[in-house]
Amino acid sequence: MSDNSMIKISGLKKHYNGGKIKALDGITTDIKKGEVVVIIGPSGSGKSTFLRSLNLLERPTEGTIEFEGTDITSPKNDINQLRMKMGMVFQHFNLFPHLTIIDNMTLAPIKLLKMNKEDAEKRALGLLKKVGLEDRAKAYPSQLSGGQKQRIAIVRALCMEPDVLLFDEPTSALDPEMVGEVLEVMKELARGGMTMACVTHEMGFAREVATRVIFMDGGKIIEDGTPSDIFDNPQNERLKSFLAKIL
Amino acid sequence: MNIVLLSGFQSWLNNLKDTFYLNFIADDRYMYFLNGLGTTLEVTFFACILGIFLGAVIAIIRTTHDKLVPDLGKCASKYILKVLNFLANVYLTIIRGTPVVVQLMICYFVIFATSKSKVMIAVLAFGINSGAYVAEIIRAGIMSIDNGQLEAGRSLGFNYIQTMWYIIFPQAFKNILPSLANEFIVLLKETSVAGYVGLQDLTKAGDIVRGRTFSAFMPLLAVAIIYLIVVMFFTRLVATLERRLKNSER
Repeated sequence: MSDNSMIKISGLKKHYNGGKIKALDGITTDIKKGEVVVIIGPSGSGKSTFLRSLNLLERPTEGTIEFEGTDITSPKNDINQLRMKMGMVFQHFNLFPHLTIIDNMTLAPIKLLKMNKEDAEKRALGLLKKVGLEDRAKAYPSQLSGGQKQRIAIVRALCMEPDVLLFDEPTSALDPEMVGEVLEVMKELARGGMTMACVTHEMGFAREVATRVIFMDGGKIIEDGTPSDIFDNPQNERLKSFLAKIL
Repeated sequence: MNIVLLSGFQSWLNNLKDTFYLNFIADDRYMYFLNGLGTTLEVTFFACILGIFLGAVIAIIRTTHDKLVPDLGKCASKYILKVLNFLANVYLTIIRGTPVVVQLMICYFVIFATSKSKVMIAVLAFGINSGAYVAEIIRAGIMSIDNGQLEAGRSLGFNYIQTMWYIIFPQAFKNILPSLANEFIVLLKETSVAGYVGLQDLTKAGDIVRGRTFSAFMPLLAVAIIYLIVVMFFTRLVATLERRLKNSER
């Protein structure tokens, strides 16, 4: 692609109850290759809905999303094929409790990428080493702490070698002392050049790692800029009051 | 005094021996019970398989309808799902709203009036009946799995069927197993009404013997005890299986 945009969103709307509730009210933006976009905003602002519509876990009512030049909202394109290239990390981890950690990680590569078991496990173990959990490969999710679970959820997504990672409040369900270990993994990924879109309340993370911060409210993008634009020089009143409440 | 008591006991014992002989040994009457038990187990086994198959199909239709239809636009599969879901609901309503004996008799005297195989008709009737209850058990099991599991599977690129197969069903199965075993035991006992269409199951066998010997106590007690033993055996079996499944989890 000539312009290095990875995800191109235009006029995205999500309405409930026949238009009475507008979770998303016309979002247009671009996520470029290598960008770390952090989405902030008060609860109910539509930031999670926005993130979840990027891989069509929420089906938008209107508008288009182009991922690497393919319109994913078109029923002609195979969403499952596209999702393989878009990893997702959830607030509540959503590990598969009936599978060991290694099986959690290798299930999709073996079944979907048709990798053989040894190669898939080698890849998984390599990733586990990176997050310091290689000794837990044979454990079940119920035996791990929240922070460990979320690190596993991140490497499970990485096993598919996605082009972009979507994070939906990855640290919101964690005990405070476990937030750091998860953010550390995310920072490492960002340094490695991974394209990321992340809904979070961790302003420190946003300031340090984000290349761009989007502030949403009422289903709209209110402000969009570098971390220093947003945090040190906010223009909009709603952003100012939001920052005043949380910082 | 003691002698009177003793001789009374003696005659009661002799009497017991005689009725036992009359009901079970004479004319090889124990064969009625054995054959009856065989028929009961046969009907239960095949009806159970049919019930689980039907139940699984109905449950999958209903959960797929509930999970997918809100997200589907106007397309053919949406309307197919809606029609299938409607038919599934009709089936559930009719089967759960009428007594199993009536269903059995309709099967025998109306639908398959020309067929000779009573066992096959009983298997069909009890299987179709059980399917409705199994469907609701399986549906509840699938619905009990957190939606995040479905989302996680889909986000990795699995399609709906793959997600169900690799992620949802294995987890649901463990939750379903106790209720499914219970349904099997209910089914086993329910087949005792098969005598209404002249099928010689265990209950009917006891009844036939009662008619021959004019003594009700022994044959009916025997029938009850045999059911009890079979049920206790299966209960144990399921408990063992459940424990195994739990162990594999951690």
